[in-house]
Amino acid sequence: MNILVCIKQVPDTTEIKIDPVTNTLVRDGVPSIINPFDGYALEAAARIKDKDPDTRIVVLSMGPKQAEAALREALAIAADKAYLVTDRMFGGSDTLATSYILYNAVAKVEELEGVKFDAIFCGKQAIDGDTAQVGPELAEQLNYPQVTYALEATSADGALHILKEGEDGNYIVSVKTPCLITFTKPSFDPRFPTIKRKMAARKATIENLTSAELTNIDPTRAGLKGSPTKVKKTFVPPRKEAGVVIKEETGEESAQKLFELLSEAHVI
Amino acid sequence: MEAKTKDLWVFVETKEDGSAKNVGIELLGPGRELADKQGGKLVAVVIGCGVKAAVDEAACHGADQVLYIDGEEFRQYSTDAYVAALDHLVETYGPTTMLIGATPNGRDMGPRLSSRLQTGLTADCTGLAIDEETGCVAWTRPAFGGNLMATILCTDHRPQLGTVRPGVFKKPEAGEAKAEIVKVDFSFPAEGIRTEILEVIKETAGELVDLEGADIIVSGGRGVGSAEGFEPIRELADALGATVGASRAAVDAGWISHSHQVGQTGKTVGPKLYIACGISGAIQHLAGMSGSDVIVAINKDADAPIFGVADYGIVGNLFEVVPALTAEIKKRKG
Repeated sequence: MNILVCIKQVPDTTEIKIDPVTNTLVRDGVPSIINPFDGYALEAAARIKDKDPDTRIVVLSMGPKQAEAALREALAIAADKAYLVTDRMFGGSDTLATSYILYNAVAKVEELEGVKFDAIFCGKQAIDGDTAQVGPELAEQLNYPQVTYALEATSADGALHILKEGEDGNYIVSVKTPCLITFTKPSFDPRFPTIKRKMAARKATIENLTSAELTNIDPTRAGLKGSPTKVKKTFVPPRKEAGVVIKEETGEESAQKLFELLSEAHVI
Repeated sequence: MEAKTKDLWVFVETKEDGSAKNVGIELLGPGRELADKQGGKLVAVVIGCGVKAAVDEAACHGADQVLYIDGEEFRQYSTDAYVAALDHLVETYGPTTMLIGATPNGRDMGPRLSSRLQTGLTADCTGLAIDEETGCVAWTRPAFGGNLMATILCTDHRPQLGTVRPGVFKKPEAGEAKAEIVKVDFSFPAEGIRTEILEVIKETAGELVDLEGADIIVSGGRGVGSAEGFEPIRELADALGATVGASRAAVDAGWISHSHQVGQTGKTVGPKLYIACGISGAIQHLAGMSGSDVIVAINKDADAPIFGVADYGIVGNLFEVVPALTAEIKKRKG
């Protein structure tokens, strides 16, 4: 099986602080990580490879040059080959423009690899943008069936069987290949890289794909100008005022006090 | 594409029994305001199988028109059939704006549709207004796990699309149904649906975990200490008619399944009341629940960050406070 895993390098949002004076995000010194959901997608691909060692895993990212670090980490964890889509022209793309560029990149990677991917795995969403849109938008451009909110994937003769989260329980869904799957957090932790793989990843060549290679890209559909949505403004959400602290003698008294306050406020 | 009308559409998602999910009806509230400002009709769009209940509900909650597609192939949600149906409707009627509930299905379908229509979509909005300067919808949404809000415009493409978080807007009051009801003939071939549900694994003993639609959530975290420790949490939830949530720490420890998880790698929720028990309030957890109307925190550690977002904080032992609260509720409510 040939699997393409799309990953994004994101700031570790657990490290993000708000500057109390300017009321803006402080991103300086915030470490970059592989988007956790993309890590789950990579793990799902690795689990297919565990069962079928002939599986080849290629990782693709789009971003500035420093996103190579995320790709090297993916190589150290499980990937066999990595590509980075990087070009100033692509900067400022919204989700639709991003999916359009990735669509062209998928075709290029398939040409360079000489294969057609049976499946494209993505994270459900990135933890910086939180949109969960690029995966399905890419699936549409490829005209592939999609399954979102996947937990696990197993290969099944021309199809994948996907365990996915639903609103009222989990589902097992069969989807024909080629397909695109977006992954959420499974019940298990993704694997760590081995020392040996880490050393190999450090030396690996990461192919860069720019507008010079991706010649089919229409510049009017890429980057800030090619994006149908524009950010008008950003702001830090107003902080809540300090709440009421209840600290009675006993837990029981505190509970009674809370009940009274909630009743008065018509919350319960 | 060009909009043929100034109409604003609300996609009303249906359940398998043909009734409407809450969020579709909720969105008729802000939909009414936006439609009036845009100078067009408010149109509810219903797709499903045996959808009379949903059509009627939309009609008596302020819609000027209800467009519906009814067919066996739409009984269960599938990306392929639903996107084809909506694409057909949009191409036929040409709305200028469409609101979609940001449910799992809405967020599966929305981007697929925006890509097919080659238009802009804003995800998981919590604020809707009309931008004075352009007359476009100003979509406001959280990013960076709720640390930053962004207001997005889609100025040159139509329809402008957005998914809107459930529970943000209140259902409008029901009134007299005055909507024009239009059945649209559209069918989708079964072989065009490229996914097949092989098995549905319901939660244990019929316990549904609808965190996103819940009015009240009682959540447990590391302080709960064990799977058994969730018992008082469940009892409080039962007394309140609430859904049980959990922090990542409790899920990772294996005390409760991931379907209960609230936070960055779990569900984002916006109930009227959120009771956090033994949850310290890591930023990933706060990202998933800080939009709740009222937050109660019960924690031993007075310095826990959860108290920073709580409207009511009890510094104390949850194993004393929670059962006492349950008893109090049972006593007062009879």
